Formats: sequence, structure tokens, C-alpha cells
Amino acid sequence: MSPLFLARRLLTLLLTLFVASLLVFGVLELLPGNAAQLLMGPDAAPEAVAALAEKLGLNDAAITRYFHWLTGLLRGDLGESYAYGTPVATLIAERLALTVPLALLAMALAALLALAAGVFAASRHNRLGDWLVSALSQLGIALPNFWFAILLILVFSVGLQWVPAGGFPGWGEGVRPALQALALPAVSLAVVQAAILARVTRGAVLEQLHEDYVRTARAKGLSRRSALWGHVLRNAMVPVTTVMGLQFANLLAGTIVIENVFYLPGLGRLIFQAIANRDLTVVRDCVMLLAAMVVAVNFVVDLLAAWIDPRLQQQGQRA
Amino acid sequence: MRRIRTNAKLSLGFVLTVALLLTALLSTVWTPWPTGELDVLAKLQPPGEAHWLGTDSLGRDVASLLMAGAQVSIEVGLIAVAIGLGLGTALGLLAAARGGWIDELLMRGADLGFAFPAILTALLFTAVFGPGIEIAIAAIGLHAVPTFARVTRASAREVLSRDYCLAARACGRGAWDITRRHVLPNVLPVLIVQGTIQFALAILAEAALSYLGLGTQAPQPSWGRMLAEAQTFLFSAPLLAVFPGLAVMLAVLGLNLLGDGLRDLVDPRLARVR
Repeated sequence: MSPLFLARRLLTLLLTLFVASLLVFGVLELLPGNAAQLLMGPDAAPEAVAALAEKLGLNDAAITRYFHWLTGLLRGDLGESYAYGTPVATLIAERLALTVPLALLAMALAALLALAAGVFAASRHNRLGDWLVSALSQLGIALPNFWFAILLILVFSVGLQWVPAGGFPGWGEGVRPALQALALPAVSLAVVQAAILARVTRGAVLEQLHEDYVRTARAKGLSRRSALWGHVLRNAMVPVTTVMGLQFANLLAGTIVIENVFYLPGLGRLIFQAIANRDLTVVRDCVMLLAAMVVAVNFVVDLLAAWIDPRLQQQGQRA
Repeated sequence: MRRIRTNAKLSLGFVLTVALLLTALLSTVWTPWPTGELDVLAKLQPPGEAHWLGTDSLGRDVASLLMAGAQVSIEVGLIAVAIGLGLGTALGLLAAARGGWIDELLMRGADLGFAFPAILTALLFTAVFGPGIEIAIAAIGLHAVPTFARVTRASAREVLSRDYCLAARACGRGAWDITRRHVLPNVLPVLIVQGTIQFALAILAEAALSYLGLGTQAPQPSWGRMLAEAQTFLFSAPLLAVFPGLAVMLAVLGLNLLGDGLRDLVDPRLARVR
């Protein structure tokens, strides 16, 4: 990979993160009234409110507080949660131990389902199999994931009683019970994403199948299957990985809802509880972290796409 | 085969979307039961003659709540798409017409927008302004801006490179004039298609936000809030959780099919691989 391409992408990543941090900080600055008063409630003693404002650094200028927060982020010091009384970094690390495996599990499941269904549909273009996959993916895209999650609870928890309706035992109780608790949430997150990705995969594979190089490969005696798995799929992976990167954002957003459906103590539920508790330090750090995760994943996807198709590196330099 | 598929998608999408619009319209003048009428003695009733889809935990008629919920979904979708379409189209046209650093800046801004999914934006806004339907609409609408901007820019650049635009420029017409007379009418079909898809996404996002309690607030009926309430009664009244979700899915399916069908008509090249 060309160092210039890498440097350009890295610079864009850093700039995007910087502007994202400005936005997150800026929006929370719009909060009307005194943040310390808001945290302690209208009946709090003025002395206590003043002490909290001093502790939170609210008396400093906004620019000072922003740089204090930014340098803290870079050092891994995210401040202290008002509601929990613990460092936000510890709180987030605990919650990430659930959210990251859940998102990865869902993404892996979605990719597996989508690639299989997409390639299957493309290889049976305009036949019954193709039509079925297309119809199912249309339904999947329209499916609200939290409703699907509730339906899964109805069937597998209320009806069959195979898995609990919610909660998470923690990784300390063993991998099996933890994965059991994450199974339904991961499936409900994955199905919608798989439906979108299957359509993209099908489209990308079909587009590649019409290319001259496939015709040449077939003319040289390569079987349809070998051409598909040996050449077509690699080239079709560029749009597929790009969409997967974009989907990761939806997946992370999806965890916020799904964690609430299954009462999972993850990052999404932490933000939600922090908003209810008016714990703005936690809200700010969690939103920034989620946005940073989305930006970072898109950066990796950009690099991956450029690695699969090196022509993208030159396009990037010309743009 | 392709034409049959496009026609089938368009027809089904059209029928579902018209049904959604008519239901929402009808609910403004008539519902089987008043949506605000509580009857705790008739709570959690299964579907029957008096209440076609049963009653909720407060004895309200589920069918009536669903009809009124359609109205909320349409309102949210329309306003959110208007925000996204208005701002996104303006920014996309500006980027395409000006090019250079303005284009680069606006597109990097659009990339930044993708880092904030609608729910995340809504959570951030809720932390500041408190929950409410206006916050949900603003978050959903703002989230659609980068998508509209990107789609508009891509289509506008393609139109601007056509001979008649180059000729208009050679004749001394200004960028604004060319954009208004030639570019905008040509990108409009693409924007209508995108608008339909974003409408569907707005309905999904509103339902999710209302489910979390960040969107529509009581006593206004909403499909998302109905689902949140139904989850409490999964064991005693499981059907309560089925109907609102089905309503969201049919509404989104209709709009998606309509958008897909229109896109196949607007861009036959894309239809070849669909």
C-alpha cells in the first residue's frame, strides 16, 4: 500500500475525529442553565451546586474545558461519572466487554448469511432461488430489529423456553452461558444487516459476472464455479466491504436499542441510563467513543478496499 | 422477467404506501374507538368483534391506536425527509457546481455525518433538550442530510459533464443558472427515489426512538411506544407485540418497494443487476 495513500487516509481520520469531538462537546454546551444544578436537582443547596461546578470544572471557559477533555481522552482519562462515582474509563471498559463481542458476533453472522445468500442468488439469476433471496431480503430490510428481537423472545424464551428473555451473566460465569445470552440479541441485529448485505453481494457478483475478464477466464476453460470463487468474489468484495463498514455504524446504533430490549448491560444501555441520570460526562464520552469506533472502522474498511483493489489508491490520490 | 419484477415491486409498493397514507388520513376523522378512551375493565382483551385487534393494558382499542400511529409515522417521515432533502440537495448542488475545496470540505463533512447514526444524534440531543418528537425528527432529518448531499452531488456532477451543460457554460451562463435550469430537473427523479427510501428509514428510526422513549411521548399513539408497552405483557398478551411491529414492517416494505421500483425505472442500468 502506498505510503501517500495511507498518510492521506490517516490525516482524514484524525481530522474527522477532531471535528467529531468539537461537535459532541459543542452540542452538550448548548445545555440550558447550570449543568451542576441540573445534575443535583432543583432542591440542592447552592453551596453544594457551587462545589460540584468547581469539581467538574464548569467555572472554566468552554475552550479550556474542551482542551482539558481532549487531552484527557488522549491520556485515557475520561473523567468521573457523577451517578456511579467511578472513573468513566472503567465503566466504559466494563460495558465494552459486552457491546464489542455482541457487535462482532452480529457482524460475523450477518456477513456469513449475506455472502452465502448473495452468491447463491447471483449464481441463480432470475430463477426461483434468486427470487426467494430477493423477496426475503426485501422483508429483512423492512424488519424493525427491535421488533424482531421481541418476536425471538416470544418464540425462544416465552414459548420454547430455550434461552432467557434478557440479562447477561457476565463472562466470569463461563463462555457458554454468556454466548447463550448474546445469541438472540446477535441474531436480531444480524438479520436486518444480512438482508442489506445480501442484496449488495448479489448485485456486486452479478456486475462482475458480466465483465470481460470472466468471459475470458471461461473461454480459457475455467468452470463457472472456479471463475466465481477464484476471480469474481474477490472483485465483488470491494463494494461488499465498503457497505459492511457503513453497516457497522448501524450495528452500533442497533446495539443501543437491542441492549434495551434484552436488558443487557452494554455501552448502549449505559448511554441510555446516563441520559436518564443526567450524567453528562458519561454521555459525552460514550457518544464520542461510538462515533470514533464508526470512523475507525470506516478507515480500516477504506484500507481493506484499497488493498483488495489497488486502483482505489490512485483514485484517492487524484481526488 | 425484469419488467414483471419491476412492475410487481412498484404495484405492491404503491398499494402498501397508499394504504398507509389513507389509514393515516382516515384516522384524522375516524377510528373504530376514540384513541384516548380508557376502559380498564376491558384491558388486554384478545382480538374480537368489539375490538378487532384487541385492547392494550389500559383498555384502549389496538386497531384505533395503530391507525393513529400511522399518522405520526407519516408526519415524522415527511418532516424528516423535508429537512434532509432541503439541506442535503442544497449542499450537494453547491459541492457539484463549485468543486475544489468547497466540494472537498462538504464531502468530508458528509463523511463526518455518517459517524453519527440517527439514534446516537437523538441521544445527544435528548441529553441536552430532553425527549420529544421534535428532537427525534431533527435527529432523523439531520442524519439524512449527508445521504441526500452525496446522492445529489454524484448525480449533479454527471449532469454537469453532459454536452448541453458544457454548451450552456460556453454560452456564458452562470453556475447558478445552469444548476437551476438543467441540473436540478435532471437530478429530481433520483432525489424522489432517495426520498422514498429515506422516508422508510425515518419511519423505522421514529419507531426505534419511540420504543426507547426518546420519540413520541404519551398520550400520542405511536407504533414504537406501543411495542415498548407490549413488551411488559409478553406472557399475558403476546399478540400486543405483534401488530405494531407488523404495521412498521408493512409501511417500510411498501416505501422500499416503491423506491426500488421507481429506481429501476429511473436507472435501467441498475435494474439489470437487480
